[in-house]
Amino acid sequence: MSSARTEVSIVGVGLHPFGRHDPALTGMAMGARASRLALADAGVNWADIGYAVGGSNVSGKPDTLVSVLGLTGVPFVNVRNGCATGGVALATAANAIRAGETDLALVVGFDKHARGAFAASPADYGHANWYAETGLMITTQFFAMKDRRYLHTHGLKDELLAQVAAKAFRCGELNPDAWRRTALSEDEIMRSRVINPPLTQYMICSPSEGGAAVVLARGDRAADLCERPVGLAAVAKRTRRFGSFEVFAPWLPPETGQSPSVDAARAVFTAAGISPAEVQVAQLQDTDAGAEIYHMAETGLCEDGAQQQLLDLNETAPAGRLPINTDGGCLANGEPVGASGLRQVIDIVLQLQGRAGARQVPRQPHIGFTHVYGAPGISACTVLTA
Amino acid sequence: MTATAVDPALFTSIDPPRLAGSRCANCGTVTFPVQAGCAKCTGTDMEPVELADRGTLWTWTVQAFEPKAPYRVPETGFTPYGVGYVHLGDVIVESRLLGDPAGFEIGKPMELTLLPLWTGADGSPVVTYAFQPGGED
Repeated sequence: MSSARTEVSIVGVGLHPFGRHDPALTGMAMGARASRLALADAGVNWADIGYAVGGSNVSGKPDTLVSVLGLTGVPFVNVRNGCATGGVALATAANAIRAGETDLALVVGFDKHARGAFAASPADYGHANWYAETGLMITTQFFAMKDRRYLHTHGLKDELLAQVAAKAFRCGELNPDAWRRTALSEDEIMRSRVINPPLTQYMICSPSEGGAAVVLARGDRAADLCERPVGLAAVAKRTRRFGSFEVFAPWLPPETGQSPSVDAARAVFTAAGISPAEVQVAQLQDTDAGAEIYHMAETGLCEDGAQQQLLDLNETAPAGRLPINTDGGCLANGEPVGASGLRQVIDIVLQLQGRAGARQVPRQPHIGFTHVYGAPGISACTVLTA
Repeated sequence: MTATAVDPALFTSIDPPRLAGSRCANCGTVTFPVQAGCAKCTGTDMEPVELADRGTLWTWTVQAFEPKAPYRVPETGFTPYGVGYVHLGDVIVESRLLGDPAGFEIGKPMELTLLPLWTGADGSPVVTYAFQPGGED
């Protein structure tokens, strides 16, 4: 790690469990709860925080949290980058520390979504009304069509989707904070209700509710605040480039481009000076089971097509060679969009600190990786070390 | 009765149906629908172009559940429908698909047609574009 670059560490984490909660419990209240848990985990007070970043897609302006947590005058940035919100919020706070604005920052995300698939506004994504009115603007269609194209191109079978989902629910069973804690067989998953073929009900994550927060500290303060601080070795974010196949796209060029996940992952590994092969535990955006499959390759954790063998050998389970989404991921936790990326970071932090309980990776990992991907083609990745 | 396009900007012609795109004068990139700037080279000199009415299926799915608004449910009620991307040579276009999904297959020839959506304020059918299997020469 170069001395010219200020190191940033995670010194506290807090999670309001994801799922379906009391209708009266607001998204912002879950964000406040997660914030207080993270502050307590770090052993600091809200008044000690010199910079805050918050993300929510549908549950209000995050900086309103100051009215609950305390009117300390803290600078507070709001982030709204779809499913990539958590990663972008984390990067923003880390950069504030590196820029010398503060030595202690809070990052929080929360959301409380209505049941069922998201209904997106065409104008929000630069489309005319026909695109949504005629039934083309539905995120799950994109997941299914990208999956089908990927499986077809790399000679993978639809059943691989069920293998990934079954692994997610086995992890959920081990995670007391998970929403879906019942293991399902691959056969049950394949035979469940078809949503958008090849995807069935249990291969797609559901919008849910929850909050997540982390406390970041400048590296030289971390050891005082935390017995085992986790270093944020690098964080990177990218938007899409020409030719990548993205959600809400009425057209694509015939030439294939690489997804923003490829760019963000390469950038973060280069900045951290760590190769994908060194990753010992990972969190990948698994909005659907297919997303986990192609994100394994897009982030460089495996070759295209190698996923079948990794899943067959159970290598992506907590006890495997490349544990992925050990808390059950989006599939077992659902996705409160603003909080989801921070849930990933929290799972990796707990793994690197040996605090992950029944889902703990048996050989203590020291290098972790997180990846979020969101509409309309953005990605943020982190490398975490302990 | 004459059909009305759900958005006139999508078509160069309704009968026969032909789609309207744009081509970048600088790098040749073709877009659908028409757009004012080029996503590839960032140029702003875009020329109107009529897209091919035949192509091959690039990927597909079926919309099995009724989407929320702003999707407009047909007057006859919701029934599952096909959705896909069709490779037209210069551009790959997202589209509603007509026909039995059992016949959808990546690489299969597809041809452009019209899909009636709902009845317009003047009583004429409002249509969008769609592709269906067929069109082998």
